Amino acid sequence: MEPIHILDLQKTCDEDFIHEVEAASGQQVRKCYQCGNCSATCGFTRFYDYPVNQIMRLVQLGQRDIVLGSRSVWLCASCQGCTTRCPCNIDVASVMESLRVMSRTEKKVSESDIQMFYDEFLRSVKAFGRVFETGLLPVYGLLSRKPFTDMDLAPVVLRKGKLSFFPHRIGKRGEVAGIFKRFEQSAQKDNAGKGGSHGQ
Amino acid sequence: MASEHSSVAYYPGCSVEGLAIEYDQSTRAVCKALGIKLLEIPEWSCCGSTPAHSLDPTLSGALAGRNLAIAERMGCAVVMTPCPGCLRSLKGALEIHDSPERRQALLDLMGMPFEGKVRAISVLELLFNALEAGLLTEARVKRPLTDLMIAPYYGCLLTRPPGFAQFDDPENPVSMDRILTTIGATVVDFPFKTECCGATYGVARNPIVTELTGRILDMAARLNAQAVAVACPLCQQNLDLRQSQVDRRWRRSFNLPVVYLPQLVGLALGIAPDELGLDKLVVSADALLSDLQKVSEGI
Ligand code: SF4
Ligand code: SF4
Repeated sequence: MEPIHILDLQKTCDEDFIHEVEAASGQQVRKCYQCGNCSATCGFTRFYDYPVNQIMRLVQLGQRDIVLGSRSVWLCASCQGCTTRCPCNIDVASVMESLRVMSRTEKKVSESDIQMFYDEFLRSVKAFGRVFETGLLPVYGLLSRKPFTDMDLAPVVLRKGKLSFFPHRIGKRGEVAGIFKRFEQSAQKDNAGKGGSHGQ
Repeated sequence: MASEHSSVAYYPGCSVEGLAIEYDQSTRAVCKALGIKLLEIPEWSCCGSTPAHSLDPTLSGALAGRNLAIAERMGCAVVMTPCPGCLRSLKGALEIHDSPERRQALLDLMGMPFEGKVRAISVLELLFNALEAGLLTEARVKRPLTDLMIAPYYGCLLTRPPGFAQFDDPENPVSMDRILTTIGATVVDFPFKTECCGATYGVARNPIVTELTGRILDMAARLNAQAVAVACPLCQQNLDLRQSQVDRRWRRSFNLPVVYLPQLVGLALGIAPDELGLDKLVVSADALLSDLQKVSEGI
């Protein structure tokens, strides 16, 4: 993880980054005047590295690597508290979401196990059309080397008859797989077009 | 309102096929009792949830949009889902469709016709509309929840952000409160109505959930609530299924039942507890039932 060069912020300011974040989120990050309401409302501040108002400030300062590599962008739960309470009407949660997507594209994800969990989730959707909880959780456990997360809950879940051992395959899962296929194709085209200008 | 809802497309969402099965059971039972016809979207598929949002917003829109497109073909004007997370994705699809710059990319991914004309609502909004339209009234309550103190917990997404949710108040929502008082319950003045429970981090970052969920349970307990009412499968899972983990983290025993709103409404309407899946709750709600028993015997 990159240290912040406090005295060198101008040197490390990446103007493109500011514009990319604003374009992706449709929000004017420039409007943020650092009141701190977003962080005051955010239940996740204590788990973040940079509180969300600092993330906003770091975006204004064009600190691409620090922002995209932060834990905060991956720990944000999209609870919409910040968006609801920002006096400048900035959709802060949407900025966080765009940052999450960018950190993925630029391969700067700090919380790789959370990304892995999401990837497994989507793999299940692509294969079966729906998510299959029993199948998903053990796979995540093995991949993240945290096997048996939630094993303490297994007996009660079984007793309540709440786990299904077979995926719910929907008949038209081909339609869902088709959406993923077209998405992957267009993402490939985009990447080829950009020639990998960032995050190298 | 009543006619708009006389036939509603129903998008259950993946969680109700597993851990939240009682939410599905009670939603269907209550709608039936109120004369609201739910038509399950045939071959509905996963909305993609947070993982899809974190990969690409248009992909998320297309995964959710497929279900809306089927509902449109069914001729339904309204799609209802019990899951606020799914609701967010369904509304996200409509929002993208509304934007002239983003629409084509969405339709390209979906690969099917979609006019974006349906409206997506939560089960809370459906029940609240039923209340406003005079479908759910005190007169229909057969077993009032008299003497039950309930903490109404809305969670993050049902009313936020306000421009997107277009429902109730983002800071102090009251729709659930009003439904609960109509069925005879006493609602505690709950300051954590819209605090976050920790969302999907139960698996990957369990301490976040036990911390945040613990605060919510603690506040409900301090206000002498006998149960927490919820309208989200994820909130319910964190507060109920994970309550033993919260207990360990907080070194105490909360023993607070966390009940889905349609389960409470169903009880009040006189529906049998097993048809509402009350036995599926992890923290037993039997104490509430015996209270009700006493009340109805007393009548
Ligand atoms: S609430 Fe809005 S203006 Fe205030 S610090 Fe956060 S983003 Fe900036
Ligand atoms: S949306 Fe994310 S950043 Fe905003 S308050 Fe919620 S968790 Fe914090």
